[in-house]
Amino acid sequence: MKNKTYVSGYFPDDKDLIIAIKELQEKNVDITDVRTPFPVHGLDKVLKMRRSRLPRAGFIAGTIGAVIGFGFQAWVFTEAWPLNFGGKPYLSVPSFVPVTFELTVLFAAFALVFGFLLRSHLGPGADNHIFDEEVTNDRFQILLEAKDGQVDSLQESLQSVGALGVQLHEVKS
Amino acid sequence: MYKSFEFTQKLKTFLIALMVIGAVLTIAGVFLNLDHTHRIWANVLLNGFYFTAIAMSAFFFVVVHILGESGWHTTIQRIPEAMGQYVPFGGVIMLLVLVGMHDIYHWTHIDPDDTVLLGKAPFLNPLFFSVRTVVYILVWTLLVRKIRKLSLASDESTDIKLFTRSRNWAGIFIVLFAITSSTSAWDWIMSIDSHWYSTLFGWYIFVSTFVAAVSVIIILLFVLRRMGYMDHVNDEHMHDLGKYLFGFSIFWMYLWISQYLLIWYSNIPEETIYYVTRQNDFELIFWANVIINFLAPFLILMPRGTKRKMNWLLIAAIIVFVGHWIDMYVAIWPGAIGHAEFGVLEIGMTILVAGIFLFLFFKQFAKAPVVPENHPYFKESFDYDNIR
Repeated sequence: MKNKTYVSGYFPDDKDLIIAIKELQEKNVDITDVRTPFPVHGLDKVLKMRRSRLPRAGFIAGTIGAVIGFGFQAWVFTEAWPLNFGGKPYLSVPSFVPVTFELTVLFAAFALVFGFLLRSHLGPGADNHIFDEEVTNDRFQILLEAKDGQVDSLQESLQSVGALGVQLHEVKS
Repeated sequence: MYKSFEFTQKLKTFLIALMVIGAVLTIAGVFLNLDHTHRIWANVLLNGFYFTAIAMSAFFFVVVHILGESGWHTTIQRIPEAMGQYVPFGGVIMLLVLVGMHDIYHWTHIDPDDTVLLGKAPFLNPLFFSVRTVVYILVWTLLVRKIRKLSLASDESTDIKLFTRSRNWAGIFIVLFAITSSTSAWDWIMSIDSHWYSTLFGWYIFVSTFVAAVSVIIILLFVLRRMGYMDHVNDEHMHDLGKYLFGFSIFWMYLWISQYLLIWYSNIPEETIYYVTRQNDFELIFWANVIINFLAPFLILMPRGTKRKMNWLLIAAIIVFVGHWIDMYVAIWPGAIGHAEFGVLEIGMTILVAGIFLFLFFKQFAKAPVVPENHPYFKESFDYDNIR
């Protein structure tokens, strides 16, 4: 299998990162990925990323959770195993509210977390190449994929926008 | 650079006309209800409390952001700041309630064999009640005046001490308001149902008025933008205001259900009486309250897009503003009057007090530049956006 070649460089500050990305875009350099230790304000806009569809997944899962939570309780307490609590009617909506709420949150949270892991190829069993461990600490890294013969020009352009530690990575694809 | 707000003659005339209409309707309403004065006083209490609490909660909004050292709020800070200056005037209306307290509060005339109210008498008696009312108004007035003064002083000077001092005062504000917001809600609203009590009530009323305050900030922001001011407020700031309205509407519902659920579960007659009267005699507005104040803003403001569009945000804000007026109505009317009444008096008094509120707001707002340009975080407030 053919290996992929990447050029990376990092910045110690998120403001410099954004400026550098803008400069690279002016030079028509395609940015493959940007890795940061925390969400950087304005980064999605600069990279012109599409809006995440995760909220939609969360909403749908939350709605399912609410229906299941309410429906299950209603079924249990009226059909399957009716119990009399302090003379209250079997179908007591107020007492169903907390569980319905919790299941809504639980389903939405699960959908969001696992949807996120799935979509970003993370989580248990994921096998991603680690370009720079310091990205989880204090480095803001730009990653450029180099096609044949582009390596030198990409390295140059990264250095010209002020990136530190510019290096080459060979990754098995 | 930023245009200062000018309180034009046209706007003044409009607001005075509004007040006159309100006053005429109020007077008509008063004459129609001369034989049941408790309705008149309940109206005074409702509108007096609602707008005073909105002013105070709006100022709380500023104070929280001062303490949290946030940056984004500086672009709109002057709106809630000016709203807060209504407190002393709203306080005058609350002092009027003292005149009519016999008509609203059952504990002012206790039966000799009513042991429950006799037990509460050391706290709930006309003298102590009046003292507390005056103390709330004085303390609140002092606090809103002081912090506003520090903010205005920052327009003249770039001394960082003004910033740190306003932070200190914000700390004092939080502590005092934490106590007085609860106790004033017990005094003015909860003690109407004299035999009943709920430990959650103070927070419930506070959140209710806080949501209303956020909605009024949004409405006033819209009005000011229509007049050609506050153009610097961008989508991100709207988004954050929308999040406030959305989040605290949910929090309001959370407190509402918390209070309801415990009373419903334990099913003790002296506690359930509060909801029994409301569900039987106020059935429609009791449930409408929940739909208007929770479901409507919850569903409208859930998508990201609606929080960033002024028109949607405005619709939600108006719904919530009216909704929490109804919330106060549901809190006051059953205890003070016993059955739902709505007519000229209610409409007139609300228009009158709202007119006074708006007039004083615009007067205060015109006194200072529309943004605190020397605020240390002012520049930062344009340098952010919400994560998508």
